[in-house]
Amino acid sequence: MSDPTVGSMATTPPAEQPTVAGGTAPPDSGLPANAKRDQPRGLLGDAWMDLRRKPLFWISASIILLFLVMAAFPSLFTSVDPTQGDLARSRVEPSGDAWFGYDVQGRDVYARVIYGARASILVAVLATLGTVLIGGAIGILSGFWGGWVDALLSRVADVFFGLPFVLGAIVILTTFNKPGSGNSYVKIVSLVLFSLIILGWPVSMRIMRSSVLATKQADYIMAARALGAGSGRIIMKHLLPNTLAPLLVYSTILVGSFIGAEATLSFLGVGLQSPVVSWGVMISETRDWVRVSPFLLFFPATFLVIAVLAFVMLGEAVREALDPKLR
Amino acid sequence: MRVSKRASAVALGAAVALVAAGCGSGDSGGDSPAKTDGAIVIDGSQPEVGLVPANTTETGGGAIIDYLWTGLVEYPNEQGANPKLAVAESIDTKDSKVYTIKIKKGTKFHDGTEVKAESFVKAWNWSAYSPNGAQNSSFFSDIQGFEDVQSVDPDDDGPKKAPEPKAKEMSGLKVVDDHTFEVTLGSPFSIFPTKLGYSAFYPMPDAFFTQGADAFGKKPIGNGPWKFVSWQDNVEIKLTRNDDYTAGDKGKIKDVTVKLYQDAGAAYNDLQAGNLDFQQQVPTSALAGAKYKTDLSDRYIDVPNAATALIAFPFYDKRFQNADLRRAVSLAVDRQSISDKIFSGSRKPADSWANPLTPGAKSGNCTSCSYNPEEAKALLAKAGGFQGEMVFYYNADASHKEWMEAVAQSVKNTLGIEARAEGVPTFAVFRQQINAKQMKGPYRAAWSQDYPDVENWIGPLYVTGGSSNDGSYSNPEVDRLYKEATSAPTVDAAHAKFAEAVTFVDKDTPSIPIYFYGQQSGFSDKIKKPELNVKGEIDLESVELK
Amino acid sequence: MGRYLLRRLLQLIPVFIGTTFFIFVLVWAVPGDPFAGKCGDRRCPDAYVDFMTDKYKLDQNIFVQYGSYMKNLLQGDFGETFGGRSINEIVVNAYPNTLKLALVALAVEALIGLTAGVLTGLKRNGFLDNLVLVSTLFLIALPTFVTGFVLQWLLGVKWGIAPVTVSSDVSFTELLVPGFVLGSTSMAYIARLARTSIAENRRGDYVRTAIAKGLPMRRVVGVHLLRNSMIPVITFLGTDLGALMGGSVVTEGIFNINGIGREVFRAIITKEGATVVSIVVILVLVYLLMNLLIDLLYAALDPRIRYE
Repeated sequence: MSDPTVGSMATTPPAEQPTVAGGTAPPDSGLPANAKRDQPRGLLGDAWMDLRRKPLFWISASIILLFLVMAAFPSLFTSVDPTQGDLARSRVEPSGDAWFGYDVQGRDVYARVIYGARASILVAVLATLGTVLIGGAIGILSGFWGGWVDALLSRVADVFFGLPFVLGAIVILTTFNKPGSGNSYVKIVSLVLFSLIILGWPVSMRIMRSSVLATKQADYIMAARALGAGSGRIIMKHLLPNTLAPLLVYSTILVGSFIGAEATLSFLGVGLQSPVVSWGVMISETRDWVRVSPFLLFFPATFLVIAVLAFVMLGEAVREALDPKLR
Repeated sequence: MRVSKRASAVALGAAVALVAAGCGSGDSGGDSPAKTDGAIVIDGSQPEVGLVPANTTETGGGAIIDYLWTGLVEYPNEQGANPKLAVAESIDTKDSKVYTIKIKKGTKFHDGTEVKAESFVKAWNWSAYSPNGAQNSSFFSDIQGFEDVQSVDPDDDGPKKAPEPKAKEMSGLKVVDDHTFEVTLGSPFSIFPTKLGYSAFYPMPDAFFTQGADAFGKKPIGNGPWKFVSWQDNVEIKLTRNDDYTAGDKGKIKDVTVKLYQDAGAAYNDLQAGNLDFQQQVPTSALAGAKYKTDLSDRYIDVPNAATALIAFPFYDKRFQNADLRRAVSLAVDRQSISDKIFSGSRKPADSWANPLTPGAKSGNCTSCSYNPEEAKALLAKAGGFQGEMVFYYNADASHKEWMEAVAQSVKNTLGIEARAEGVPTFAVFRQQINAKQMKGPYRAAWSQDYPDVENWIGPLYVTGGSSNDGSYSNPEVDRLYKEATSAPTVDAAHAKFAEAVTFVDKDTPSIPIYFYGQQSGFSDKIKKPELNVKGEIDLESVELK
Repeated sequence: MGRYLLRRLLQLIPVFIGTTFFIFVLVWAVPGDPFAGKCGDRRCPDAYVDFMTDKYKLDQNIFVQYGSYMKNLLQGDFGETFGGRSINEIVVNAYPNTLKLALVALAVEALIGLTAGVLTGLKRNGFLDNLVLVSTLFLIALPTFVTGFVLQWLLGVKWGIAPVTVSSDVSFTELLVPGFVLGSTSMAYIARLARTSIAENRRGDYVRTAIAKGLPMRRVVGVHLLRNSMIPVITFLGTDLGALMGGSVVTEGIFNINGIGREVFRAIITKEGATVVSIVVILVLVYLLMNLLIDLLYAALDPRIRYE
């Protein structure tokens, strides 16, 4: 604890560029990519320049794009109806006719995995975004202001933390979506999102708060403050880019966890109901069949892993591009 | 799979006869002499309430209570056999209304006090008296004077307390002497003696009335072949042999530990690893592809169970009031495929209204239980088709999703109408919606007899106002025949009338039987193949170490 | 520091009251009549429903119910379940088991996650890096019941090197496999958070300085790098302890551990307010104390973080 190197060098002073550039650059996001190289760019413009050169970015972005197209237009990938089953072909193994085989109800697993992308990606990505935005914002505020603001926000987070997921979800979803009320797809999806976000934000909040706590004492923040920068400016221009990394890492993996959480809700009978398909539901449905027909688990789980992998890679690329410390 | 009602697992007539026929009893004559002591571990689940027969309606506590107590009559292990006398020495009646019950002298509770006529009468009066709030109280509603010990809460769920009932005891119960009592029923009921084997009718020692139900339920005192030793919540319940037992066979082993499991998968793996000697029902994951047969080699028992899974129609919904439509739906369900593919053969397709293992039941009397797409389509057309989406409801907190989806899919494929299955979060919500008559489509139900007689498959389910006739089905012919049957002088005459009533039920198709339950148990190589009692529980008295 | 600690401890009181009431309301809002499903496919006798409703004061309004619960609580009595068991006993018997399980899970995930994170952070984009990423993501994709079942069957039944189910003593060694299963879903987070942090700090001047000073690499990584990279990991671990304790129901079931997971799940489904509130309130207290500990750890790890 008395190591002298720790205190002063815990955080590398950031490359000066963003700080300086941030002060003088015009609105940064709209910069054409072919802007003159010596013109100072904003944070995002800089990041974009950096990203363009990374193969990792292009690979992960195209996989995600593929999944998005799959979610939006599943019929481009398969002409088979994912809900059409026939017990006569129950658990038939993968073959030329059905690449991924048939599930217990005799439905085409390939078609179901394709159609499952919509609910899974939609719910997981939006829930992650919501969690990160809300949790991140509250985390910054609480870490930056400290004092009673921190105490209040942190204690509220503790209470939400303490809520068992099952309890919160059952109450929210059954209160607003009475069983058998035949609510629309959009309404049920938004309710599922609402439950996941309201029960999930405290972790993002804690992570963001911790990075802000560690960063806000850094020399460059002090310097900016001394130069008379307002709180809003310090947060947006200095704190955010330097504290985003852990939250970004957390959130890309969170996409995977949310795909599973969505399935839990469906299984409790409060989430999306059949005929809506999702990867999580497909995975849970294999529960009793893993020993006899492992391929039923393999395909949706692999799709899930690939999708999450793409998000993690994209997150990695974006983080490296955004993070001044890695320049 | 957990059956949340004790009675649902009261699988009377579980085919131990089949077991004996299937494997032969040759292996009992082994060369080593049977050990008279020894201990085994069997699986169980944490009882929901204290171990009081009048309050226990679920399987976890129900099994323990059956080991600890012996009733007036007992159901033999063989399927369809008539009940035999246990604590009772005789049960006589002239008019099926007044029964004189004599009990054996000298049988004792585990605390040493004698089982007397009073032990039964006091126990029954306690259970029926509404301020005691016993879950099984309705089993006494046949007895004269039951209404007088009931009181109704004036403001239902409001804070006002219910007034005291008119009487403290039922007028139909009369102690004649220490070993004789008389039961007068409200109206003649020929099946009454059969009912007496149900656990609600067990006798209670004086200690129960002095200690109160809560304290007694933690350290129960019965009169059966096994004594209570200890109970560690969620961990285990220990029992030991009652060496003073005189009402029947004593056990051959000394100590029994009932290990309490949350999950059948855990118990199954313990069984395979040799930590458990008997598991009543192997988990669904082992039934898939009949894996348990290879896992356990010959150490399993596969018998049918006297319970049926049905789908009931809400008659209060106009769309389901047409009998042709209901028949069309029933004929559109491919039960054989569901049995083969979803249950890997562990459940059999249902083809009759009462489970065929029940005394008095006829097999194959459900004419709409076959899979007949042509007739189904024709009947649907005759009924004028079906408007909108047919949603089949189930409770999502037990494993019903797969077979309910298969049913919906079969209906959809065969009839070409929109159909799907939807889960309701919990059984409590599900039952509340059923009780409030708010179901918006056909819904799952399961029935297994409380006592082995076909009456139990008709009265509660298809008679107007029956205790489980939740869909409000009503046919005056069925009501009339049922009434004639219950007041018939002999059991055979009653069964003939019940059979007649069933033909009317069959025409109306008020529900659709889907499958008959089965039981797949596993045992360790430490014990010889055990017998199962009529409820599917292990018959502890039959257990022998190898 | 002392005042800060005192203030944080004082904050427990409003949070405690707020949480108990909040959860009480939520359980009250769970749909369904708690006694409608108690008698199987048969309507329960009115006498029984009236008796239970009266006994547990469910016919009173929610404020009265909450008031009487709090009154008993202040006298150290959590009340009883609908089955007549004392909730104090459940808490005393089940909590230590769940806490042990969660701690083992936390230790396992921290150990494996950190090791993987440090190794991959030092050498990014190598084979090991990709292997760790893909395998930890697979652990997220596989539901607990699959990992639990496979490990239980392989280690317990097939090879016989680990107990199949946990005995009533619940020793730490017995909890290793269940702990791994429970912790497996969080490993990816720890490994990635540690990796990122290490990679970032690796370029820090102080690391260069330390290396230039001639310090052995092991010491540079072990003392300087690790310590400065711990904040995000510690934060996540702190939040995860609570999540592990609250989310252990499946793992407890697979390995038959007598913990709070099953009690709280059962109580939620059956609307047993007193049980849910009692268990969850203690859980919230655990979070509060854990977060306090984490906040103090920040200051220890990074002296620039100070609490006045």
